[in-house]
Amino acid sequence: MTKELLKGNVAFAEAAIRAGCEAYFGYPITPQTEALEHMSARMPELGRVFLQAESEVAAINMVYGAASAGVRVMSSSSSPGVSLMMEGLSYIAGSEVPVVLVDIMRGGPGLGNIAPSQGDYFQMVKGGGHGDYRQIVLAPATIQELIDLTVEAFDIAERYRCIVVVLADGSLGQMMEPAELPPMQEVRKREDRPAWALTGAKDRDPNVISSIYINPAEEEVFNQKLVDKQKVIEANEIRFEQSDLEDAEIAIIAFGTAGRIAQSAIRQAQEEGMKVGLLRPISLYPFPSKAIKDIAAKVKRVLVVEMNAGQMVEDVRLAIEGAVPVDFFGRMGGMVPLPDEVYDQIRKTYAKIG
Amino acid sequence: MSSESLVETLIYSKPQGLTTIGTHYCPGCTHGISHRLVAEVLDEMGLREESIGVAPVGCSVFAYKYFNMDFAEAAHGRAPAMATGLKRVSPDKVVFTYQGDGDLASIGAGEILHAAGRGENITVIFINNAIYGMTGGQMAPTTLPGQKTTSTPSGRDIESHGFPLRMCEILSQMDGAAYIVRRSLHDVTHIRKAKKAIREAFEVQVNGMGFSMVELLSSCPTNWGIDAEKSLEFIKEKMLPMFPLGDYKNLTEMGNGQKG
Repeated sequence: MTKELLKGNVAFAEAAIRAGCEAYFGYPITPQTEALEHMSARMPELGRVFLQAESEVAAINMVYGAASAGVRVMSSSSSPGVSLMMEGLSYIAGSEVPVVLVDIMRGGPGLGNIAPSQGDYFQMVKGGGHGDYRQIVLAPATIQELIDLTVEAFDIAERYRCIVVVLADGSLGQMMEPAELPPMQEVRKREDRPAWALTGAKDRDPNVISSIYINPAEEEVFNQKLVDKQKVIEANEIRFEQSDLEDAEIAIIAFGTAGRIAQSAIRQAQEEGMKVGLLRPISLYPFPSKAIKDIAAKVKRVLVVEMNAGQMVEDVRLAIEGAVPVDFFGRMGGMVPLPDEVYDQIRKTYAKIG
Repeated sequence: MSSESLVETLIYSKPQGLTTIGTHYCPGCTHGISHRLVAEVLDEMGLREESIGVAPVGCSVFAYKYFNMDFAEAAHGRAPAMATGLKRVSPDKVVFTYQGDGDLASIGAGEILHAAGRGENITVIFINNAIYGMTGGQMAPTTLPGQKTTSTPSGRDIESHGFPLRMCEILSQMDGAAYIVRRSLHDVTHIRKAKKAIREAFEVQVNGMGFSMVELLSSCPTNWGIDAEKSLEFIKEKMLPMFPLGDYKNLTEMGNGQKG
C-alpha cells in the first residue's frame, strides 16, 4: 500500500468502509459533511447501505436498528448533531449493541460556528445521554491516526458490545495529509451475524434488544454488568503517546489537534534548553490516569492545553491528586492555538518552577 | 347421542406468534385483540420466524414479551427509524412497528412521516385510543375536542390545544405510502375487517410495495373512566366521526376505495 493525499472526512469514511462497515446513516452538518457524501457514493457501489436520515435523531435510531441486526454500522456528525443523538446513544448503551460514531467537533455552545473545537469533551467522555454508562472515546491527532482508530473502533465496539466514539475536531476533518488506507474487509456474511442479533427467530427462541429493566433490582444488576465491563475496558483499552518525558521538568498534556500543536511548541522550547515533554491521551475514556499520575511524580509542573475552556484538565487534576500544580491554557469558540502561543505558556509555566 | 359426537375438536387456541406470558393490559383494553390479530396473521402467512417487531414507548412497551418472535424496544417515537435500520440491513425479513398515538403522532411524528415518505418497506400497526395510557391519561395528539384528560381537565379546548391529528389522512398524501387504512376494534365485524387489513398490510411488505400502516381505533376504559362496554360505544359514537374508517391509500389489487 502507498500513501495518498486524503481529506480527513473522506479518510475516516473510507476507513470505515475498509473495516467492513455495512451501513451508514447520517445527516449533513459542517464540518463533517464530506464523510456523508463519500458514503453516499461508495456504499451503494459496494452493495452496502447508505441512508440520509431526516435528522440526527432518526439517524442514530437507524444505527440502533441496524446494530440490533448484528451488522457493522456507523454514523458521523458534528457537535450540534451529536447533541441530538444523545437520546439514541443512551438507548444503544442500555441495549449493549456495538456502534461506531465519529464526532468532528466545532465551536459552540448552541449553533456556534463551524470552526475546529474540542468543546465536546465533557459531552462525549462523561457520557452525554441520560443514565449510568460510559462510551469508549478515541482522539486522533493526524489523519493516519484518524484512519487507524476508525478501523480499530469497529473491532473494539464488537469486543465489548459498546459505543466507540472517534472524537476529532473540524481541522482534522477538513485538512489533507498523506496517509495510508487499510485493505478492504468484506461485510459480515448473513449467516455469521452474532447469536444475540435480531435475524428472525428461526429454530431458536426469540431475541430481544431492549434497554428496559422495569424492576430497579434488575436494572441495578444490569448497571453492575456495565460497571464490570468498564473495569475490563479500563484495564485493556488505555491508549496514549508520550515523548521526551524521561528527564522533563514540565509535562504538557493535550489531546488531538491541541496535542499536535503542543508538539511544535515543545520543540521550540527544547531548542532553548527547556526540559519539556508531552503526554497525549489517545483514549479519553478510558483515561490514562495512571500514566499521568506517574509522570506527575517526576515533573515539577504540568500544563494542560485544550481547544476549550478547560474540560480534560479536570480529569488530569483528578489523576494527579494535587501532587504538582496544574496550569491550563485554552483557546475557545473555534479558535485554534498557535504554536507560539503555547510556547509562551510553556515559558510562563517554566518560570514558575524557578 | 353416539360416542363419536363427544370427540373434542380444538377450535380456538393461542397463536404461535404470542407467548404464554399474561399481559399487563387493563380489563377491556383492546391491545390484547390487536396483538392477537397481528400474531394470527403472521402465523397464517408463515412469517413468524421471519419477523422482527419494534415495540414503542407507551402501554405496549412490553409488546416484545407478548409476541413470540424477535423484537426490539425503541425509544419513544423512534420505532420507524429503528425499523428502517433493521429493514435496510435485512430486506428479506418482515419488519413491523407497533405504536400508540402519543408515540406515533406526537413525539414520533417526524419519524413516521419520513418513513412513509421514503416508502420504507415496513408495516406499522397504529393504536389510536385518543389518550396517553401509560402515563395515566393525559391528552394525546388524537384526543377529541372537548375530551377530558388529566392534562385537559376541562376538556380539550381547541383554542388552546389545537385539533386532533388524523394520521391516515396525512400519511396517505405521501408518495411512498402504499397502504394506509383505518379500522376499528369496537365490535366483531370490525375486528374481522381489521384482521383482513393487517394481512393486506403485511402482504404489501412481502411484495415490496412500500410503506403500509393499519390504524386501529382502540379503547382505554381505565383512562377514559368508563367501563369496557361503554368504551366500545365511545369508539363507535365519538371516535368514528372524527376518525372515519376506510382505505386512505391502497395500491393493492384490492384497493378500490372500499370502506372499513
